[in-house]
Amino acid sequence: MDTKARQPKLGLREKYRLLTRDLGWDPTYQTRETLYPYAEYEGIKIHDWDKWEDPFRLTMDAYWKYQSEKDRKFYAILDAHAQNNGHLNITDARYLSAIKLFLQAISPGEYTSHQGFSRAGRELPGVGTQVACQMQALDELRHAQTQIHALSNYNRFYNGFHAFVQQRDRMWYNSVPRSFFDDAMTGGPFEFVVAIAFAFEYVLTNLLFVPFMSGAAYNGDMSTVTFGFSAQSDEARHMTLGLESIKFLLEQDPANVPIVQGWLDKWFWRGLRLLSLVGTMMDYMLPKRVMSWAEAWNIYGEENGSALFKDLARYGIRKPKGWEDASKGRDHISHQFMLGLYQWSFGTAFHGWIPTDEEFAWLSEKYPDTFDRYYRPRWNELRKLAAAGTPFKNYGLPMLCQTCQLPCLFTEPDDPTTLCHREVEYKGERYHFCSSHCQEIFDHEPEKYVQAWLPMNQLTQGTSGGGGLENWMKYVNLVDGQDNGDFEGSQDQRNFAQWKHNSVSNQA
Amino acid sequence: MPIELRTITIEPLRNNYDHLEKRFGHKPASRYQEASYDIQPVENLHYRPTWDPDQTLYDPTLSRIRMRDWYDLKDPRQLYYGSYTQARARQQDTEEANFEFVESNGLVMLMTDALRQQALDLLVPLRHVAWGADQNNMMVCGYGYGTTFKQPCVFYALDQLGIAQYLSRLGLLLGGQDALVAGKQAWMEAPAWQDMRRYVEDVMAVRDPVEVFVAQDVVLDGLLYPLVYERLVDDLLAVQGGTAVSMLTQFMTRWGAETRRWSDSVVKTMAAESAENRAVLEEWITQWGQRAVAALAPLARPVAVDTTDALMTEQIAAFAGRAAKAGVTIKLEH
Repeated sequence: MDTKARQPKLGLREKYRLLTRDLGWDPTYQTRETLYPYAEYEGIKIHDWDKWEDPFRLTMDAYWKYQSEKDRKFYAILDAHAQNNGHLNITDARYLSAIKLFLQAISPGEYTSHQGFSRAGRELPGVGTQVACQMQALDELRHAQTQIHALSNYNRFYNGFHAFVQQRDRMWYNSVPRSFFDDAMTGGPFEFVVAIAFAFEYVLTNLLFVPFMSGAAYNGDMSTVTFGFSAQSDEARHMTLGLESIKFLLEQDPANVPIVQGWLDKWFWRGLRLLSLVGTMMDYMLPKRVMSWAEAWNIYGEENGSALFKDLARYGIRKPKGWEDASKGRDHISHQFMLGLYQWSFGTAFHGWIPTDEEFAWLSEKYPDTFDRYYRPRWNELRKLAAAGTPFKNYGLPMLCQTCQLPCLFTEPDDPTTLCHREVEYKGERYHFCSSHCQEIFDHEPEKYVQAWLPMNQLTQGTSGGGGLENWMKYVNLVDGQDNGDFEGSQDQRNFAQWKHNSVSNQA
Repeated sequence: MPIELRTITIEPLRNNYDHLEKRFGHKPASRYQEASYDIQPVENLHYRPTWDPDQTLYDPTLSRIRMRDWYDLKDPRQLYYGSYTQARARQQDTEEANFEFVESNGLVMLMTDALRQQALDLLVPLRHVAWGADQNNMMVCGYGYGTTFKQPCVFYALDQLGIAQYLSRLGLLLGGQDALVAGKQAWMEAPAWQDMRRYVEDVMAVRDPVEVFVAQDVVLDGLLYPLVYERLVDDLLAVQGGTAVSMLTQFMTRWGAETRRWSDSVVKTMAAESAENRAVLEEWITQWGQRAVAALAPLARPVAVDTTDALMTEQIAAFAGRAAKAGVTIKLEH
């Protein structure tokens, strides 16, 4: 018997089919509905899972081999970084605020993403899609872990990193990313994939990833930039999964189009609000700037996004509703947010500061229409107060948006001198929003958003540590006078300057 | 004379993150500890799942098993993503070399048709069992509680995908694409496979993550891997001239032994936690164990023939012995 000779040689595509989706079968001892209970309630109709085009063809043996090589290099560089005091090579200790925020706000999001893709990899009843989601689940675990490892050495020498676990669940500004990822995971498997794989990974990820990793490179942070390079090929896979998912859903049934459009409207705006943290980091926290948020938005948002939505128009998909307002806010959000963070820096596990003259010049060059007109005067005012020894602290609690959980500090899209505020009454309770789009998201699923855990409300109710600022700081593991406050005069500033000096001089 | 290079030493402010110092004291933590402990959100969860509002987003009460601290369920292999991929990359190197050796030396041609058919009948449908195990472990990873418990399950799931792919390649090598078609047909229709398929589908219907872990990893794979790979393939098929098959399944043999070390330790810790846990584990392991034995015996019979009953008795004893070491007393009938 010579079976092999009689059968044609398999093409790559066919072979991959046999190694993945041919593993599945139609159950007969249990119904499909029992085994995949969450596949239908969102209203998405899939007629033929075989039409799914594998976004990449990676078998597990190749995955292990390729990923382990990347990790081996990553950990070798990390070890060298730790051994040689690589932390002293950063441009300035102010840079650390950016990566403190990254560890507290973004790394936990990677973990949540890992959990969400694990569930999607189980619940979606098509093998091709499941396999792609499962690999992403594993990648996201990698990202969470490599980030914790990369920043661990900074934690040994600087403040603000040590309590990222407690602060993930308890710190007020971390409820922005937490509520974002919790929102995606509490949606069904299709919404999760559209939210994270498409809206976040495909449409918005460059706005997060490129500025952060380039920021690390520009500022001498070898361990973070090594993570960035190492994660790039994972991100490329995740983006192709995002694009394939959306095309697959749109091609399967016309009834899917309005559902998907609704998700795109929602998740674009949710993602954009989340990224205002990144914009602030880019414009204010990097001692050596890469590009401004406005420039990044022009390239990765405006140009790439416009091309993408032109391409999706043939399915009946239009740009997300918030797109125009996102562009209008481009020149404002980072300034408004940083001004907020500065006044509340007593309650953040990273330092705030007033920009220097040189930074003012950079900001006014990058934001010619807005900085000098609206924001320089406010910074000058803060400067005066600081110089007089009475730095401005806003101990009043900011009102948070019920949807995105950012403080309601942004202005009207068409009037940068008026604070934007929307409110809705629902079942006898009043809810506040930072924007019309956040309100619309609430209106669409009020029963979901009334459940939001709003850290400021908890604080006033005394449920976060027993009431009072001191108890709240204990509750969030914030060490007053070390983790928080102004960078000027901070322990991080002093230590970095001292160690740096010691490393290049002969003083002990 | 040892010469030590000098580096500039700066006294660190702290040795590790707060949550690790709280657990392990003021000393540097291992990469496994940093990567695993407490990294799942635990409190201030924002919304209830729209897919099941009775659950919370991370919900330890989905299981009948209760732990005061789910992070007691640690992985004795200390695998996190980095060490996991390093370990599997080495194993796949060996497996790839084995495939290469079998192919380039035409070892398949040295097997009789009957023997080759026996190997195909036994192993090819197992690729579907592995895909079931993959999905079941994604479920445990997705809905279980505490990273040290569920992280090994995402590794396990993708290991099972890898195993399903090795079994598919084995089928292609021994019998071409027809072998995969025949294997799937047997999986769907052959009487000998129906108890097994029913078992896998029934586990997929369970929504208690720890019960899924027990039914799939502890019970089914705990019986299947030693029986199929160590006894049927490595002993019985190999002595008849099937060494090539044994080379092609080496990954599975070693993987089974490595993984049992982890799953046994999890059972042991859960059982030691409370009498209630132990009772639930005994109930699950007995019920699922009885069904797994019934599902495996007809698969062993064509290879083990007259010795099947003795073989099953031996495997049941070994399995019960492992359970006893983990503190769980069970009695399975054959």
